[in-house]
Amino acid sequence: MSDSLSAAPSATGDAHADDHHGHYGVPGYDPIASRMGMWLFLFTELLLFGALFIAFAAYLSKYPTYFAEGSGSLNVPVGAFNTVVLLTSSLTMALAIAALQRGDKNLSIKMLNATVLFAGVFCVIKAFEWGAKIEMGIYPGSATLAAMDQGKQAFYNMYYTMTGFHALHVIIGAGLILWVKKRTLDDRVNPKRLVLMENIGLYWHLVDLVWIFLFPLYYLIA
Amino acid sequence: MSNDAAALPPLEQVDYIRAKKGLKSWLTTVDHKRIAILYLIAILTFFIVAMGLGVLMRLELLNPGTDFMDGPAYNRILTLHGVIMTFLFIIPSIPAVFGNFLLPIMIGANDVQFPRLNLASWYFYMAGAVLALIAVGLGGVDTGWTFYVPYSANTDSNVLLPMVAAFLLGWSSILTGLNFIATVHRLRAPGMKWGDMPLFVWGLYATSWIAVLATPVVGITLILVLMERFLGIGIFNAAMGGDPLLFQHMFWIYSHPAVYVMVLPAMGVVSEIIPAFSRKKIFGYWFIAVSSMAIAAIGSLVWAHHMFTSGMADEGRVIFSFLTFFVSVPSAVKVFNWLATIYKGSIKIDPPMLFAFGFIFMFSIGGFTGLMNASLSTDIHIHDTAFVVAHFHYTMFGSTGLMFFAAMHYWWPKMFGRMYSFKTAFFGFGLFFIGFNLLYFPLFLAGLAGMPRRYQDYLPEYHGYHAASTIGSWIMVVGLMILFINLIVAIWRGKKAPMNPWGGATLEWQIPSPPPTHQFDAAPDLTHGPYDYDFLYEDEDQPKETEVKA
Repeated sequence: MSDSLSAAPSATGDAHADDHHGHYGVPGYDPIASRMGMWLFLFTELLLFGALFIAFAAYLSKYPTYFAEGSGSLNVPVGAFNTVVLLTSSLTMALAIAALQRGDKNLSIKMLNATVLFAGVFCVIKAFEWGAKIEMGIYPGSATLAAMDQGKQAFYNMYYTMTGFHALHVIIGAGLILWVKKRTLDDRVNPKRLVLMENIGLYWHLVDLVWIFLFPLYYLIA
Repeated sequence: MSNDAAALPPLEQVDYIRAKKGLKSWLTTVDHKRIAILYLIAILTFFIVAMGLGVLMRLELLNPGTDFMDGPAYNRILTLHGVIMTFLFIIPSIPAVFGNFLLPIMIGANDVQFPRLNLASWYFYMAGAVLALIAVGLGGVDTGWTFYVPYSANTDSNVLLPMVAAFLLGWSSILTGLNFIATVHRLRAPGMKWGDMPLFVWGLYATSWIAVLATPVVGITLILVLMERFLGIGIFNAAMGGDPLLFQHMFWIYSHPAVYVMVLPAMGVVSEIIPAFSRKKIFGYWFIAVSSMAIAAIGSLVWAHHMFTSGMADEGRVIFSFLTFFVSVPSAVKVFNWLATIYKGSIKIDPPMLFAFGFIFMFSIGGFTGLMNASLSTDIHIHDTAFVVAHFHYTMFGSTGLMFFAAMHYWWPKMFGRMYSFKTAFFGFGLFFIGFNLLYFPLFLAGLAGMPRRYQDYLPEYHGYHAASTIGSWIMVVGLMILFINLIVAIWRGKKAPMNPWGGATLEWQIPSPPPTHQFDAAPDLTHGPYDYDFLYEDEDQPKETEVKA
């Protein structure tokens, strides 16, 4: 165990120490450390969603037929389209980073704009999906939902919770992308210091990844 | 030592305390040492408040019947005691204070990897603390610190604030953990390998991983309860198809590993103190280091032993019982290694060492009674009795809390540059030790005899246990106050502390006391390991410097 732990840092530790020249031990720009910090943060996000997935698994095994019925009431083409939208946004995010690495700031900004646009499209479609359900009276606390079977209630409670948390992450992610766009325009994020954009890209891919699990679990188990 | 002297900053360099003046310089500091002091002040304050609440509970229990606190009031006081002690004192205690102060120094760095994030996590802590205090002002909470549903989803008391407080405090410990992991990976002095790190750093490293990986689960769980209260989304509501038991699972998935967040750094402190006062290299360095990681890993898989009587499949109970027994193996490995270190050492009993002995005694009692809880049939009998209360106070307070006080006595000279009175410390410890055991040991017996926990009243047959316990609480508090006042007085009145009062070999003893803001001007001397005491005696002048008469 200790070997695998020591492999990564000792390879980089010495190189890192050389960065400091006369000023020993003054933390400076260290993209490896920043990325490590981001990955650790992503672990916390994974565990947060992981807890929700555990709850989902528990209820799915308790109410398999109700979950299948509930899943049947969701619109698969719309969900599939949203999946494509989000996957494409991950592509544009990756292209934004690649463009800045090559020094093409204009293209990078365009790609960031496209990513935010796709995030917006995703949220609008999601809002319409929720809206359709809410119009039918199916929302947390409604009389219609309370009159349904318990398994159905569990399904919709989980559906609103998990897609809601995911949508919240999409909105936060879009906000972060706008922030890094501003920093890129200011040249505070530039080809030599682009770890901030990379980190926000990582966050965005995580948001995407969570949806890749949510889509089949909610839409395709009918 | 002549090489070291060249590497040291000049003596007239200002220390971190006097480096800047004014409250603002403290509240906006990014110096890990100053942040540690901020934590120390806050954590000690909350500890004393929660200890006061505990004394009040004991006072009510002195006699059967209601003396001055009725049931609902007692519930609120016990919740408050639990919430403050758990989230505001014991979880952050050693990592936030001594981890912040020492982790960078021990690995030869000048700060943590993300200094601003470090300050942010103190503000998260304070925000959580303020919310918890507002909750008290609004009448308190009566759910117990575990916030079990369905009661927490329905009670009239204000659950929102303490839950948001727990959420923010969770973020504080996640950010500190994240920071420590990145610091250990990236900022070790050139040439310091994993095997050259002091064991306290290993303890903090293992703790940090638990904090990062387990805390988010309780965060989302508490939010789900709030969603039930305010949005009607009943994930844990049986009437809506939810499962209240799932809450308990998700709560303990965090909250059991959290007890290792509490105890691993304490074990790290023991691993520093024992070799330093035995003048002997630590026995089984890698066993202690790896057992920290093993405790972190196995300890994440034992949560359901809190739920043996809650209704669970027998297979599950057997597996969790086994894993709980299993996690005691790496804990025992540590204890045996400490004993082997002391064996044939040149033992010097200064206050920190006496505390460490106290730890081994109390932790052994806490650990063994933990195994009694872990065996299924025994647990049916003692579950939710005073036995469990005694067990976790022995591990959390008698072990972790005691090592927090030990760490204060071990590193106080380094943090404030002053020595305290040893005699007073010995006396205070003696009272604490007697009082503590008188306070908690009778509770084991009361629990075995059937006294349930969390009640403010009891049958007359339990009177003897409770009376002894309450008297113990008075002795213990007097002992603790003597310890604290001794240390605080020393900041102004104490003799100036030398650089290395104990003859330690880790890096913090090779820089001035208190350290300057920028503690290392050049890479520190790593020619000897963290437990190679021989180097202290190679040079004729050195032993004189380490001698202390207090």
